[in-house]
Amino acid sequence: MADPQTTRNPFTDAESQAVGVEIHDLSKRFGQVEVLKQISFSVAPGEIFVLMGPSGSGKSVLLKHIVALEKPTSGRVLVDGREAASEEIRETVRMALVFQAGALFNSMSVYDNLALYPREHRVTNEQGIREKVMRALQILSLENAHQKYPSELSGGMKKRVAIARALVMEPQLMLYDEPTSELDPVMSATISEIIATLKEQYHVTSIVVSHDRELALNIADRVGILMGGRLVFLGPPAELAQPKDPRVADFLNPRIDLQNPRFKQLET
Amino acid sequence: MRTLNRVLEGIGSTILLLLRSVAYLPTLPRQFGRFVEQCYLIGYTTLPIVAILSFFIGSVLALQSGYAAQNLGPKQFIGLLVGLTMARELGPVMVAVLLTGRVGSAIAAELASMKVYQEIDALETMNIPPARMLVMPRLAATLFMMPVLTIIADLVGWFGGAIIAKYTSFIAIEPASYFATMRQYMDFDDVLNGLIKAEVFGFVIVLVCCNIGLNTRGGPREIGAAVTRAVVASLILILVLDYFVTKALM
Ligand SMILES: Nc1ncnc2c1ncn2[C@@H]1O[C@H](COP(=O)(O)OP(=O)(O)O)[C@@H](O)[C@H]1O
Ligand SMILES: [Mg+2]
Repeated sequence: MADPQTTRNPFTDAESQAVGVEIHDLSKRFGQVEVLKQISFSVAPGEIFVLMGPSGSGKSVLLKHIVALEKPTSGRVLVDGREAASEEIRETVRMALVFQAGALFNSMSVYDNLALYPREHRVTNEQGIREKVMRALQILSLENAHQKYPSELSGGMKKRVAIARALVMEPQLMLYDEPTSELDPVMSATISEIIATLKEQYHVTSIVVSHDRELALNIADRVGILMGGRLVFLGPPAELAQPKDPRVADFLNPRIDLQNPRFKQLET
Repeated sequence: MRTLNRVLEGIGSTILLLLRSVAYLPTLPRQFGRFVEQCYLIGYTTLPIVAILSFFIGSVLALQSGYAAQNLGPKQFIGLLVGLTMARELGPVMVAVLLTGRVGSAIAAELASMKVYQEIDALETMNIPPARMLVMPRLAATLFMMPVLTIIADLVGWFGGAIIAKYTSFIAIEPASYFATMRQYMDFDDVLNGLIKAEVFGFVIVLVCCNIGLNTRGGPREIGAAVTRAVVASLILILVLDYFVTKALM
């Protein structure tokens, strides 16, 4: 996305303003289960924050709070200093979430999936939309898939379409839920480059949920590790080299121990 | 107690959805494509079956009333009976039942699957309200198509009755006198009455089916459950509303 024109806010035509996220004492329970336990951290405008953690630790739930798809049981989630769930934020801040499963519109072609946002918000005319969409598809090597339907795509392609759809929104705040988990190493590197480029050139704030250590080490400004609903690590990626917490160390460098496998340790 | 809670919750969320969707009515011109698509879908899926069933309902009405009137002398009133019953009652109710089966169930299934596969969540993060994009065009299309379908049902039913009245040996009245009594004793208000009913049924069915679809929670299994709930709720509502609308229009 090298053309500076495309960074303009489609609503006001003004340059995008980077927005920050603050999370204060966020707790979330589903019934009896407390999934997030008093989480606090903030992400500065233009920062790339990588969130890691074992599956089931509440990463996806945390992201959903930022786009107001879930409401906190207690605590506050602020975007650009205002309540994330407010109408005001919805109207004024462009946020995009790349869902873990893609969440593509199954009844629409890939092209229409990408074109829906600019069409609905009447960003430009059909010609302008076509250019934006084809450019986003090109970046993710999907030019040949634009007429396909989601059911005709592989898992990795769906993920890339989801990322492309988010790019077309030209968001100020991008949230990715495991964007590289189904991709080959080259495509994963491409995604890392896209995230880094969005930051460098357009001051897009990114929160990336990922298990991809390459991604975390190369592009993250800061890393958070979520375990059992608590934030057990928060710091620059360099600190991940020698983590103090043994749980973090084991999560990052799990040794495959055939003599004493983990599932057997659980049994005793 | 739980069921009651759920019903009350359902009523509340349906009213909310109604208000939201109606507020998006001004966006209809620029969603005209969606409106036309929904009209086409409603017409395409229900028209053939509406025509076939109303033919048989008109026929059986003529047959039954002819049978009952065998020894009563003048049988011309059969035309009036079929005419009134079709226009005021069976036309709209039958169209509503078929709309539930063919359109309401499809809407519930589609929206439930969009909800389960997070497509609705995706729309919300894109600041595209589902009430605007998914519900309003469907409601508008239903309001547009219900009178069309009902008039077709009435006409086909009347003709079905006329044919049976002519060719059944113990009735044997000419279509001319069948339609003459119909024209003489029925007026446009009777047809209008049925059209109003049809509009109410269609609107409520589509609204309720949309709401049940959008409020689906859980995994893919819930899609089937949502469809069942939508169909059952619609059928109950048709019969209950039928009484109240009939009463209100008297
Ligand atoms: N809507 C929900 N209702 C009940 N439990 C949920 C819901 N969403 C997530 N959970 C639970 O919250 C926990 C964290 O889920 P999630 O955030 O998806 O984990 P992950 O870190 O792998 O993304 C899981 O135990 C999951 O079962
Ligand atoms: Mg997850």
